[in-house]
Amino acid sequence: MLRVTKKPETSSGRRFLISILAVVAALLATSVIIFILGYNPLDIYWKMLEGATATPYRLKETINKAIPLVILSLGVGIAFRMKFWNIGAEGQYYMGAFAASFLALNYFNWPAYILLPAMFIAALVAGGIWCCIPAVLKARFGTNETLVTLMMNYIAISWITYLQHGPWKDPGQFGFPKIANFEKNAILPNLFGVHIGWVIALVLVVLVYILLRYTKLGYEISVLGESVTTARYAGINVTKVMLLAVFLSGGLCGATGMIQASAIESSLSYQMSGGLGFTAIITAWLARLNPFTIIIVSFLFSILLQGGTYLQGALQIPASIAGILQGSILFCILGSEFFTQYKVSWYKAKPKNKTENKAESQGGEA
Amino acid sequence: MENTTVQMVALFLQTSVQMGTPILFATLGAILGEKVGHLNLGVEGMMLMGAVIGFQVGFSSGDPALTLLAAGSAGALGALIYAFVTVTLRANQIVTGLALTIFGTGFSSFVGQKLAAETLSDSLVKSFAPMEIPILKDIPILGKMFFSQSLYVWLAFILAFVVYFFIKCTRYGLNLRVVGENPAAADASGVHVDLYKYISILLGGAMCGIGGAYTSVVFIGRWQEEITAGVGWIAVALVIFATWHPLKAIFGAYFFGMLRTIGFKIQNLSIPFFGNSFIIPTQLLDMIPYLMTIIVLVIITLRKKRENQPPGWLGNPYFREDR
Amino acid sequence: MAYIELKNICKRFGDVQANDSMNLFINKGEIHALLGENGSGKSTLVNMLSGIYSPDSGQIFVNGEEVVFASPEEAIKRGIGMVHQHFKLAEVLTAKENIITGVKGSPFINHKKLTEQIYNIGKKYGLIINPDKKVYNMSVSEKQTVEILKVLYRGADVLILDEPTAVLTPQEIKNFFEILRNMKNEGCAIIIITHKLNEVMEISDKVTVLRKGKTINTVITKESNFQELTEMMVGRPISLAIERTQIPETDKKPLLEIKNLTVAGTDKLNALDKVSFALTTGEILGVAGIAGSGQKELCESIAGLCHAISGNILFKGEDIVGLNPRTIIRKGISMSFIPEDRLGMGLVGAMDIVDNMLLKSYQNKKGIFIDRKEGKDIAESIIEKFDINTPSVYHQVKKLSGGNIQKVLLGREINLQPQLLITAYPVRGLDIGASYNIYDALNEEKQKGVGILFIGEDLDVLLELSDRIMVLSHGKVMGIMNAADTNKEEIGMLMLGQDIAKGVAVC
Repeated sequence: MLRVTKKPETSSGRRFLISILAVVAALLATSVIIFILGYNPLDIYWKMLEGATATPYRLKETINKAIPLVILSLGVGIAFRMKFWNIGAEGQYYMGAFAASFLALNYFNWPAYILLPAMFIAALVAGGIWCCIPAVLKARFGTNETLVTLMMNYIAISWITYLQHGPWKDPGQFGFPKIANFEKNAILPNLFGVHIGWVIALVLVVLVYILLRYTKLGYEISVLGESVTTARYAGINVTKVMLLAVFLSGGLCGATGMIQASAIESSLSYQMSGGLGFTAIITAWLARLNPFTIIIVSFLFSILLQGGTYLQGALQIPASIAGILQGSILFCILGSEFFTQYKVSWYKAKPKNKTENKAESQGGEA
Repeated sequence: MENTTVQMVALFLQTSVQMGTPILFATLGAILGEKVGHLNLGVEGMMLMGAVIGFQVGFSSGDPALTLLAAGSAGALGALIYAFVTVTLRANQIVTGLALTIFGTGFSSFVGQKLAAETLSDSLVKSFAPMEIPILKDIPILGKMFFSQSLYVWLAFILAFVVYFFIKCTRYGLNLRVVGENPAAADASGVHVDLYKYISILLGGAMCGIGGAYTSVVFIGRWQEEITAGVGWIAVALVIFATWHPLKAIFGAYFFGMLRTIGFKIQNLSIPFFGNSFIIPTQLLDMIPYLMTIIVLVIITLRKKRENQPPGWLGNPYFREDR
Repeated sequence: MAYIELKNICKRFGDVQANDSMNLFINKGEIHALLGENGSGKSTLVNMLSGIYSPDSGQIFVNGEEVVFASPEEAIKRGIGMVHQHFKLAEVLTAKENIITGVKGSPFINHKKLTEQIYNIGKKYGLIINPDKKVYNMSVSEKQTVEILKVLYRGADVLILDEPTAVLTPQEIKNFFEILRNMKNEGCAIIIITHKLNEVMEISDKVTVLRKGKTINTVITKESNFQELTEMMVGRPISLAIERTQIPETDKKPLLEIKNLTVAGTDKLNALDKVSFALTTGEILGVAGIAGSGQKELCESIAGLCHAISGNILFKGEDIVGLNPRTIIRKGISMSFIPEDRLGMGLVGAMDIVDNMLLKSYQNKKGIFIDRKEGKDIAESIIEKFDINTPSVYHQVKKLSGGNIQKVLLGREINLQPQLLITAYPVRGLDIGASYNIYDALNEEKQKGVGILFIGEDLDVLLELSDRIMVLSHGKVMGIMNAADTNKEEIGMLMLGQDIAKGVAVC
């Protein structure tokens, strides 16, 4: 009989080892699927890695995919640290992109050094406000923010779809529903071959780290995340801190929308996210909400995404294999956290001898 | 003239029910999961798995029963992964559910790539075609809406009553509710908490899978990428809209189905209003289910009626030795 | 041979050896008390008998046969049922539904027969309940009745009761003991866990005393006495007297005056109803009352966390009603409320001691950054002063033992040098030694001239520690007495809402 008990603490080295084992397990599991589907798993993995890193162009594409993931994960992470389950990153991203596009399409005669910052701020504010709606509902009525933020995603997407098919449809496209491309001065410049979003992302990582670790607001967010009653008891203005943190959370997601619309799409489209807002929730969680770890996790995830795209483009192997791989890796890593918190041991039906020496079977002891 | 209007309305309602059917399947599945305390955001993923496997098996075997079974098993397989990770390994439900959606989407488009150009055999199509029930089908409007529908539509409808009856009136249903409300209470009472969770989540997954297969095999009849088009998310919303009640889910599903039908059939909806007519773009109609769900959520939170609240332990893992 | 035998039971939780080779023997038709301080391993031991935990090693025998319980279900099959300290009930369901949860039988429930069965069992032992009442509408003692019925309905003949009297009033306890005696006469074996000696003496046939995870001894109650049991429980002879320091009346100045304070409750009744009292400097005012009589609201409204409908709270003559918690903290009012989970209000479990020290003071500093140097200094000083056992100042608070957690909380509050200290259940869950440390600390503050509002549970302690005692019942003040001039019986009557003079209930 298997027996599960809680264990006191796991060293970070051990956690790391468990994560690595989980990834290996995921690769093995996916190998089986790939094999059944008629491909050589090792070949596929190698091609994906090659496709994501082997040439400067591919590496650039990988970084392009990592940038939005990093910023979205940072945004989601701020809210999660407060135990505000913001799963509305997708919607906030679109609302940010919407606000930025509004400026880009209407004020394209502004010089870039004014227009771009204005777009960034507009996106931040729009994403922030979009995220504050569920927060206000929670503060005012006590509604469950998980469900409301989830619903708000689809409202935002419907809104963009409407714009694309209706009022913002570019007449120059002969009836095809597409929003006009941005002018050049609404597009983020490159630095070292990659659009400047990577600098923004790195700066934001440092800023968010400082915010969470060293500022009063960061401290308040942590207190609130642990216990609202304690926060009130300590004289923290709970609603104010919550709204502020949630605004920042949504704001970062909104800003990501601006970066993507400007640097990648040069336009606005209701399909431009491709589910990044949801992926970011996972990357933030896997990085244990630590801003620096978010960079690593996001980059690794981008290798998967870019590798999948490469498979499709170069080898006619469907990119969806990357989705399967992502899913399996996630299951394994999420599941592996169990072994950092619990100890599994064999339990004999006749409990006469001590059972401690059997603990190595899975996960082992702390 | 009069006659064609009636016919149009009848056709519209018939399609609404058809559009509502996958939503109903998925919602019932999600309710079963949430009743044992598990918020599964992988509904869309399970639907897609069911949709593609159902189509594949339907395409290769042509056997309606096998198609149904395969679709249900595929959904249940997705649910099994989710259940293992969240129940046994106690991982975060939200993140795991999202991972399941990613996995299911990838899985379905991978398996489905070879199916894109295929059509189903006539015998299979026929077996799922609307069954016209004599006499009843001739009732104006309602006849077409309810009595000229596929077996699948009936199955969903009946399933809602079965789920309701099971949860409300049987001993197992009672145990199941206690598991979702307070697993420690269930455990102390001798209920196998994990077993109930597994069975409930797996059955729910099977329903989601069948809902997906309805879309691919019956409603559309061809395979296309991401064929469920967000129905899984509507189902997650509808669970709240129906306040975790299977019978209310019927109305919700057909209502949301109606909204989707409008968007599906016509570009712009014009509503006469004091001699003027308002044009509502149909893309905006897509928002309505979500908007209404938020409103319902606010209302049930405000009314504080205990019976309408989410299951008490929703979203939290249970570990017996937690102190 | 005893009916139930637990032999050499060991159980570890992380670093804590909760049970260390424990032995317990229970006979049918006997009420067996498990006596021990919090942390002595009582709950852990019975949780293993009821199948909630599984022992690391050791054996359990029922009627001479060795058993291994992998789940509560298996224990129930052997006729062992447990009523937990924190009730395990699904609140949105009815009593009836809760009672039959997990019971095997035909898929459909025969409601009529069920109601009858519940009625019959209840009649046998004197347990009255409306089977169709929703649990969320029930009082604590009704919930307890449901829990007991649940166990009896399953045909249990071994009943484990974990701290059953903690939530009951003295009169309810009397009824409850009557029910226990009925069960005993029907041949049940009853294990009752408690740390209240007088209840042990009153109800039990045998007592097993536990200390620090070990079974010390099993004695026949009649052949033992208070002193002997206490010594076994604590491990050394101790004097139970708390020294009440006297402050000269002339040194006392008015500090807090509460006038007609009314606070809305969750239902139609007010949580506090026209509460009026005064507190001077250098005084401990004890507050007695059944749990939920308005103690929490009283503390919270003074601390600014809970809003009064009407009334005044005068702190040194100034009305502080409606001020926010921050301002009130700055005025020198300090509250340490220890709720059931200890960490719920006052401390942040996942943070280290340093960060917890900053909780109330960080806002006084200018700038947007947080100053952890200050927190470290405070942490080091209170660790020394209160002899807190921790590996470092950067240790997570939730990983400390209960006593140390409470010392961290009280230490921080005292370090703020408050003029008014509100403390609720500060010794809850502590062993006797640690409790006396806390009482000493409170007395020390009193001598410094701090006014202390002490919300207590243990009437003996309240009587010894406080200068005056105020009794709350259903949010009303039933009386304020000098501690020296009153006794437990009088307070107990008032707690129930009985007016002594009239001898009738007033609410």
